[in-house]
Amino acid sequence: MQTSYDVIVVGGGHAGCEAAAAAARKGAQVALLTFARATVGAMSCNPAIGGLGKGHLVREVDALDGLIARAADEAAIHYRMLNSSKGAAVQGPRVQADRKRYRAAIHRLLDAQDGLAIVEGEADSLLLSDGAVAGVGLADGRTLRASAVVLATGTFLGGRLFRGDERNEGGRIGERAATTLGLQLRAMGLPIARLKTGTPPRLDGRTVDWGELETQPSDGEGWTMSPLTPARILPQLSCAITRTNDETHRIIREGLGRSPLFSGAIEGRGPRYCPSIEDKVLRFGDRDGHQIFLEPEGLDDALVYPNGISTSLPTDVQVAMLRSMTGLERVDIVVPGYAVEYDHIDPRALDASLAVRDVAGLFCAGQINGTTGYEEAAAQGLVAGSNAAAWAAGDAAMILDRATSYIGVMIDDLVLQGVTEPYRMLTARAEYRLRLRADNAETRLGAIGLRHGLIGPGRAARLAERARVRALVDADLAQVMTASALTRAGAPVRQDGARRSLFEWARFPEVDAALLLDLAPALREAPGDLRAEMLEDAHYAPYLQRQDAEIAELRRNERVLIPADFDYRRIGGLSTEMIERLDAARPDTLAAAARIRGITPAALAAILVHIRREAA
Amino acid sequence: MTQGRGDTIFALSSGAPPAGIAVIRVSGPDARSALEALAGRVPAPRQASLGLLQDPVDGSALDRALLLWLPGPATVTGEDMAELHCHGGRAVVAAVESALAALAGLRRADPGEFTRRAFENGRMDLNAVEGLADLLAAETQSQRRAALAMVEGHFSRRVDDWRRRLLDLSAMAEAALDFSDEDDVPDDAIEGRIGDAVAAMMREVGAVLAAPSAERLRDGVRVVLAGPPNAGKSTLLNALVGRDAAIVSDIAGTTRDRIEIPVAIDGIAYLFTDTAGLRADSQDAVEAIGIDRARAALDAADIILWLGKADDLPRPDAILVAAQSDRAGTARPGLCLSALTGEGLDALRALLHRRASALLPGEGDHALHARQRQRVGQLFAHLQSAVATNDLLVAAEELRLARGAIDALTGRAGTEDMLDSLFAAFCIGK
Repeated sequence: MQTSYDVIVVGGGHAGCEAAAAAARKGAQVALLTFARATVGAMSCNPAIGGLGKGHLVREVDALDGLIARAADEAAIHYRMLNSSKGAAVQGPRVQADRKRYRAAIHRLLDAQDGLAIVEGEADSLLLSDGAVAGVGLADGRTLRASAVVLATGTFLGGRLFRGDERNEGGRIGERAATTLGLQLRAMGLPIARLKTGTPPRLDGRTVDWGELETQPSDGEGWTMSPLTPARILPQLSCAITRTNDETHRIIREGLGRSPLFSGAIEGRGPRYCPSIEDKVLRFGDRDGHQIFLEPEGLDDALVYPNGISTSLPTDVQVAMLRSMTGLERVDIVVPGYAVEYDHIDPRALDASLAVRDVAGLFCAGQINGTTGYEEAAAQGLVAGSNAAAWAAGDAAMILDRATSYIGVMIDDLVLQGVTEPYRMLTARAEYRLRLRADNAETRLGAIGLRHGLIGPGRAARLAERARVRALVDADLAQVMTASALTRAGAPVRQDGARRSLFEWARFPEVDAALLLDLAPALREAPGDLRAEMLEDAHYAPYLQRQDAEIAELRRNERVLIPADFDYRRIGGLSTEMIERLDAARPDTLAAAARIRGITPAALAAILVHIRREAA
Repeated sequence: MTQGRGDTIFALSSGAPPAGIAVIRVSGPDARSALEALAGRVPAPRQASLGLLQDPVDGSALDRALLLWLPGPATVTGEDMAELHCHGGRAVVAAVESALAALAGLRRADPGEFTRRAFENGRMDLNAVEGLADLLAAETQSQRRAALAMVEGHFSRRVDDWRRRLLDLSAMAEAALDFSDEDDVPDDAIEGRIGDAVAAMMREVGAVLAAPSAERLRDGVRVVLAGPPNAGKSTLLNALVGRDAAIVSDIAGTTRDRIEIPVAIDGIAYLFTDTAGLRADSQDAVEAIGIDRARAALDAADIILWLGKADDLPRPDAILVAAQSDRAGTARPGLCLSALTGEGLDALRALLHRRASALLPGEGDHALHARQRQRVGQLFAHLQSAVATNDLLVAAEELRLARGAIDALTGRAGTEDMLDSLFAAFCIGK
């Protein structure tokens, strides 16, 4: 067996798979280390991919030639464009995926990737040499050598499962935890904290009374997660919706005394946007009910995932509360819900390349960094894997900033602000939301992906063709027309005497799409998705231009680098609180320092001058 | 050597007025054109010369000032710089600053920005660097004082209320955008509710913006005495302030420059300005400048006491004063007054009091400083745009920018605050 690699990825979840594939796309020799090959590509929580904010991440990972969007299309049994009535910037593509088919798709994509080997085994320890990563020691005594390691261990580091008063060590039900590795990371002095998350019970769909329930069909549009998927593949299923009621809430309240969440057994903090049903009932006691989506887990699988009812109540309470709801009166639980508490690294110990600052060659991605969600994990995996390969090869890291992508927003938030609850992507986190749309991910990231060697030939050809067509459309839209000329052409715009480019006129409500196609024939030739993207650009152009000034300021400050070993204590006048925050986050640039809460313009000026002096 | 920065900044670099001399510094690529715009010329590099500053918009005289042209990179900031050494009165400084702000490409400097440009362009020597800790401490001190003033005031409570409401409104907008699939978030109704609430807040902000400024409270209500030469303006001024502040003579044109006298009458602070008599045919260059200044003073006046003909009233709300009633034999329209006999003086004081009270903020109102006013103005503009759009995405963007304006007022910040508000208000998550 091969024992020497460029990059070892520990963990085969969404972060690990993208990390391994990205590193291999860059030409690295990669080992994907997992407890069991069969679990690679598992969706351990809900069977959905995408959503608001998350759909953006999926499209961005796809634009960098990642796996998740293509695998989601292969497994999708329900498509829904969230916010379809609102502007493209906040539309969120989301699919329900057939669990088995998703895993199969991931396996197929990994198998097709050159330079990537899946190795079964338990990572027991990190091998270090002079403070730098040298490889991974396995529990069975084998060693794998590599100069870069990506930890994508999910909830397995120090994982502990809770249900009522039951306790189990493990990261997922039926799977063991990575305990010794967790101990070693603590011993190395990395800042480690606890978080918790939960999962709902899985139901037997054959015991659900579907006829009683409102259903939500897959939407009728033909869009796909990845533009490389030409059309939807599988037959589409519907989801059903039920609600909790007063009786459900009464049962939950009576069971609270037996919930580990409220007995103090769980110390980690859970997410506010994915609360357990116990939390919802307690915090929003005035609501008469909470919506529960019943999501099919697969085409040929009777399992149903009740989305919205994550719980760690004892099994008998779970059964009683489910059976109090319409359509679930006779339901059987296949696997009861549980809470999981796990170790994560304070992500402020990482830099913007997702490398651990104090351990050369060590990268982290996914839940270990305090995030939640497949999409967040996949996005970090891609960045960590890419940068691990770059590190091994001595190349420059790929750093995405807040103005390019949701990935950049997320990583910047993580490494500068840290987390107090599992971090989930929201469009509200992106200040440049109007330009970071799910529909223009390729345009934003294609060139970056090409530069960093992440894009395969198939997608590269697509990007080149899009760039060619875009140039033609740009030329057509650049023609300048007066208001009166436009009126003669059929658009009754106000006669203000102004001369505007067709691109500017495009946002006027009087100028409809049909007229634009006549005036800019190249637009007619452009593929539908590119046309829609360019018209959306035109629609929001004034706001995008206003943001340009903000972004210019950001970029200017990003050119001022702060040395990794910069000592903030030597700057007179910084408050203790400022020094603590700066020390924990160790911002790479002046722009990053400015985003840390509580850092004033004067403090930034002081930091700047000290940098200059040390550089002199 | 300007490192690609497009904009030019200016700031008062000497102490706060009033002072003997006020030094206003301009730094950036447009420093030269700013000099040309205000002084009509650019003096030889690094040589002080006297010049008349005029408002480029209407040509009115602002001040006679010492001008310095300091081409970069051998300047403090490393950029092209201009220095205007003006007379240190508040009105003069404010007028010169607003004339600069009106120039394209110029804006007020942010805190620490001159220093920062100096660092960036390598114009800070080690001694200066060591002094930075002091600068930092000083800034913190001034911030603390400013914060203290805010904390004690009604204004801070008001801004805090705006901030809280803005966070809630943002949270509602973001909930509608980020969690529209949650049944706890009302979908259609929410946009109307946001619109109504933003409109209500916009009206409140607008009302605060329309209120008198802090400068009025601090510097006094500006009362300008104007009229043709030898109408008795200076005599009236002396009578009002109760001392000989202006030279009085029978020679027309005795008052050549404007004279400013701060005085408190019945608990209200006034800034009385005696002006050169207005006549179009003056042959005297110095007197002509005085007349220009008189016109500028009239434009900035809160209350005008007009001692000329009723037909020549400079503004409809000017108070027509029939002065020198002891001299004139015939009755004239207006408030009859004799500074010599004291006739009508009490009536004039009472009228001034009524007018001035209406101009000053009432008990519990807050008067805005120029910087605050600028931020509140931005806040108002963003709220206005948020109301005007029917695209929730654009409204959310305007609310984000409005939060930025509030944060600049209070020094607090953050998306996280908005998210806290969002998660507290809605039961979100499956």
